[in-house]
Amino acid sequence: MTTKANSIVKPLSAVGMPAAMDKTLLRFKSLGDSFVQKVLPALIVGFILMLIWELLSSSQGATLPSPSKVVKDTWELIINPFYNNGGTDVGMGWQILASLERVAYGYSLAVIVGISLGVLVGQSTWAMRGLDPIFQILRTVPPLAWLPISLAAFQDSSPSAIFVIFITAIWPIIINTSVGVRNIPEDYRNVAKVLSLNGYEYFTKVMLPAAAPYIFTGLRIGIGLSWLAIVAAEMLIGGVGIGFFIWDAWNASMISDIVLALVYVGVVGFLLDKFIGFISSLVTRGTSN
Amino acid sequence: MSKHYLSIEGVNKFFGQGAKQSCVLKNVNLNIKKGEYISIIGHSGCGKSTVLNIVAGLLPATDGVVILDGKEVNSPGPDRSVVFQNHSLLPWLTVYENVALAVNKTFKKTKTAQERHEWILKSLEMVHMSHALDKRPAEISGGMKQRVGIARALAMEPKVLLLDEPFGALDALTRAHLQDEVMKIQAEINSTIIMITHDVDEAVLLSDRIVMMTNGPEATIGEILEIDLPKPRNRIEMADNPKYNRYRQAVLRFLYEKQRKVEVLTSAEKPKSTQASLKKAASA
Repeated sequence: MTTKANSIVKPLSAVGMPAAMDKTLLRFKSLGDSFVQKVLPALIVGFILMLIWELLSSSQGATLPSPSKVVKDTWELIINPFYNNGGTDVGMGWQILASLERVAYGYSLAVIVGISLGVLVGQSTWAMRGLDPIFQILRTVPPLAWLPISLAAFQDSSPSAIFVIFITAIWPIIINTSVGVRNIPEDYRNVAKVLSLNGYEYFTKVMLPAAAPYIFTGLRIGIGLSWLAIVAAEMLIGGVGIGFFIWDAWNASMISDIVLALVYVGVVGFLLDKFIGFISSLVTRGTSN
Repeated sequence: MSKHYLSIEGVNKFFGQGAKQSCVLKNVNLNIKKGEYISIIGHSGCGKSTVLNIVAGLLPATDGVVILDGKEVNSPGPDRSVVFQNHSLLPWLTVYENVALAVNKTFKKTKTAQERHEWILKSLEMVHMSHALDKRPAEISGGMKQRVGIARALAMEPKVLLLDEPFGALDALTRAHLQDEVMKIQAEINSTIIMITHDVDEAVLLSDRIVMMTNGPEATIGEILEIDLPKPRNRIEMADNPKYNRYRQAVLRFLYEKQRKVEVLTSAEKPKSTQASLKKAASA
């Protein structure tokens, strides 16, 4: 890619283009290149899939709406994401935000508790032997199976949903953190010992940075799982939220609304993942050798 | 006793427990004067790193004691700083921050922030790394990393500096360069140094005394060779110095005649019989 760009730009600079302009050109060129190489294939494939969908669902007796019908049916929802008619009759933007708020609470709790437990399990062999079997069993429990028991415990739907997010997201965070802490190279531990770092200094200056790549892997899996779980949980607990919106639309037989909601869910989940990935790249920059 | 700055007395080291227990070091005794440069040389697996780790306090000795400046050593501390073979810089910190971590911790109470800052700069200047203060370890060469490792260890003003094969991972030219620098620094600040090495030239060139270890298990000090050559030593002049060459020969003879590693040779031919002989050796 670079060689190609170079070969095109070189003659220009030979004619006496200023270096700065040369650089800008090069940047535009490489931007264009990466668009062609990375985005274009996705657009083409997406277009083809839409076309197939359109063809399949435009036949007689099709049970699902075609893309064009979805857009036509839900146009009001698409152009008014933030209307508020009271109750659960609010725009898609509000629905998504309500779900995101629950995820934010549950996920933040999972991050704090998960990293702490992960550090404990990674540091202490005794804690690992005691806790790891319990974690291994509990983490296989499906998120929704926790809902009845949390409803019974909290007697309220809102904290129950948050708890389900928490309990779903926490396992990968614990497990990855503990692996990260256990894999801190012996050398770094020895350095810390020779410098006589105390527990707090070791934790902040050595352990967290050394385990950061692992921790962020856990955080990234965790955010994906919590977004998966929130939709299911909201279907059951009701109220404002994208999950209940889908359930509500199903009960009202508005399949087009469901399709639109799925698109939103997918896009938001994708963005959440990218967001954590972005923070991870900021924080772990330079931690790998 | 008091004239010895650092003494290792009757140190035994066993690894493992019960039937699987193996004796790595047996009755190691060594006395080191202040400002002395000691090299410990021996074949790999002879426990020379174990000796260093015991002095560093990273490993506990099974029996015996290490006494530094009148105090028994039983945990790691900044008075015995270590330069690790693979530099062991923290990759998320810059060159400056790596040294700062050591300096700020060691001199938290005895120096002001300004004094510490200047001391960090001076330590890095001593190893000629002032140009790369804000670089991360991944951005500098292997030789430079090791310089920073040395600066970090020196900056703690240790009573004894422990070098664990400090130049082992470097190419020959860089190694020679760093050896010269360590010689210069030692002449300047007259530090007490214990260096682990398996390079005969390095040992003869740098040391006041060379401690030669026998092969393990149950390794111990075989011979101690006093290197009576004036310092500073120049590697080019030394190549023609008959005394230097005699010392070199003495170390080589110890390593390759008296303590030849036989197991390694046979293991390539007959792995089965070696296993048997190893078992025998372990039970013996």
